[in-house]
Amino acid sequence: MSVHIESPPAELAPRPLGGNAARIGRAAVRRAPGPGVAAIYLSLIVLVPLGTLFSNAFTGGFSTMWAEITNRQTVASIRLVLLCSLAVVVVNTVLGTVVAWQLVRDRFVLNRLISAVVDLPFALPTIVAGVTLLSLYGPGSPFHLNAAFSRWSILLALSFVTLPFSVRSVQPVLAALDRETEEAAASLGASTLTTFRRITLPSLAPALLTGAGLAFARALGEYGSISLISGNVPFKTEVASVRIYGLIESNNLPAAAATSLALSVITILVLTVFSFLRRRFVLKEASG
Amino acid sequence: MSRYVTRYGIRAVATLYVGLLVGVPVGSVFFRALRPGLDSFWSQITTPPAVHALVLTLEVGALAVALNTAFGLAAALILARHRFPGAALVEALIDLPLSISPVVAGLALLLCYSSTQGLLGPFLSRHGIEVLFSFPSIVMACAFVSLPYVVREVQPVLIELGTDQEQAAETLGAGPFAIFWRITLPSIRWALAYGVLLTTARVLGEFGAVAVVSGSILDKTQTLTLYVDSEFTNFNSAGAYAGALLIAVISMAVLAALSVSQSRERQVL
Repeated sequence: MSVHIESPPAELAPRPLGGNAARIGRAAVRRAPGPGVAAIYLSLIVLVPLGTLFSNAFTGGFSTMWAEITNRQTVASIRLVLLCSLAVVVVNTVLGTVVAWQLVRDRFVLNRLISAVVDLPFALPTIVAGVTLLSLYGPGSPFHLNAAFSRWSILLALSFVTLPFSVRSVQPVLAALDRETEEAAASLGASTLTTFRRITLPSLAPALLTGAGLAFARALGEYGSISLISGNVPFKTEVASVRIYGLIESNNLPAAAATSLALSVITILVLTVFSFLRRRFVLKEASG
Repeated sequence: MSRYVTRYGIRAVATLYVGLLVGVPVGSVFFRALRPGLDSFWSQITTPPAVHALVLTLEVGALAVALNTAFGLAAALILARHRFPGAALVEALIDLPLSISPVVAGLALLLCYSSTQGLLGPFLSRHGIEVLFSFPSIVMACAFVSLPYVVREVQPVLIELGTDQEQAAETLGAGPFAIFWRITLPSIRWALAYGVLLTTARVLGEFGAVAVVSGSILDKTQTLTLYVDSEFTNFNSAGAYAGALLIAVISMAVLAALSVSQSRERQVL
């Protein structure tokens, strides 16, 4: 293929519509099947429902919505999920890099098994993740570790569901990395740690930020794996998504809509910050 | 010396972390589901509610995956081959489900299609279509959360392919459908397969959004994930573990298919 796409190396990275899209074939223009149908489908499934959610959040006016969002229990639930997600993203970024390193750089008999297990949280339904963690780290745990109904359980569940993001975004970049620079640094007397910090880490940083952003967004909205294990105690173990679910169940839909809006805006902000950091880092590396 | 410490240290940390966080817990579900014996496991997953939940999950999954595959192909073709005002907005909209909590997705559908206070619900209800707490709403919830996958897998491949071959086929007199079947589809098939499998995994496992819109009515709108949840909250842990194992095995099969199509895709490119 002669066409080269300027794209981030990670499979999970966002792919902007490149300049190649300008190469419009006349054949393709005439042949694209049903843009109208696709637009209606997108509207019925995503656009109109989200628009309704947005307008429902504002039905009582801005001050009512703000009052719902600043409700003490709601604020506590949002703060809890933000803090837990942040902690999990930091831990999983570090340990995810260790796992990716292990898979790429070391020939170890268990690597194939580790690689297969890393993908499991992608495919396993979140409720199964909850049952899974509860069976091992809940009441009756064979390790006598009962994390259920405590904040540890939230950290555990979020680490479980975001593990593949952290590993799989770094792994391809690490595999494609040119090792000559590392070897040069080592031959000049740099220690393993210095080589990693000064040579390897800067090349991995964009991928790390991509993975961290995706993991953060996923963690903020996570529901299924948390709902069973956390006990959902208000002010203690109730995260935002569980709070929204409770508000829906008690038929307080305006409050649920307002909280949903707040959570979604926060998630989109977090994603924006991560993609901004990533872009700045790439630019800095390119110019420096 | 220190190189060995580093190497074995990394091995130990990676193995223990992945093992204790994912491997051992998943293994323990297998253990707990099968410990009472295969007969007991079989009787747990063949109770009428369990069978109903499995059949409903497969029906919903088939329809949602078919819809999102058709939409995903169309959207990828349009976005890769056309420039139109608002394309960036459409892309953002397609990606939105990835950054929205499943519960929020469920609430959005609930508010839109509720027959009493929704935007479109009352209109549909007057024409005899009840969306909420029935089959259509479950399909919509699953379609919402898995919308981006096919587009995201297929679009970059289409952009990379360009249109040279298609144009050549057209000048040789091939019609649009012949071009699609014989030129475009063979080039994108593994990316498409990967996208479809990702969609399938997501749809079969969806819980939060479905929990909000379906009402989890026994023998009516209870999917497998909802069944596991209700068994668990009703203290029938044997049923819950058996159901969880059943979905886990299905998702592992999808995962195995995923890794095959991924390695094929790499060979093609």
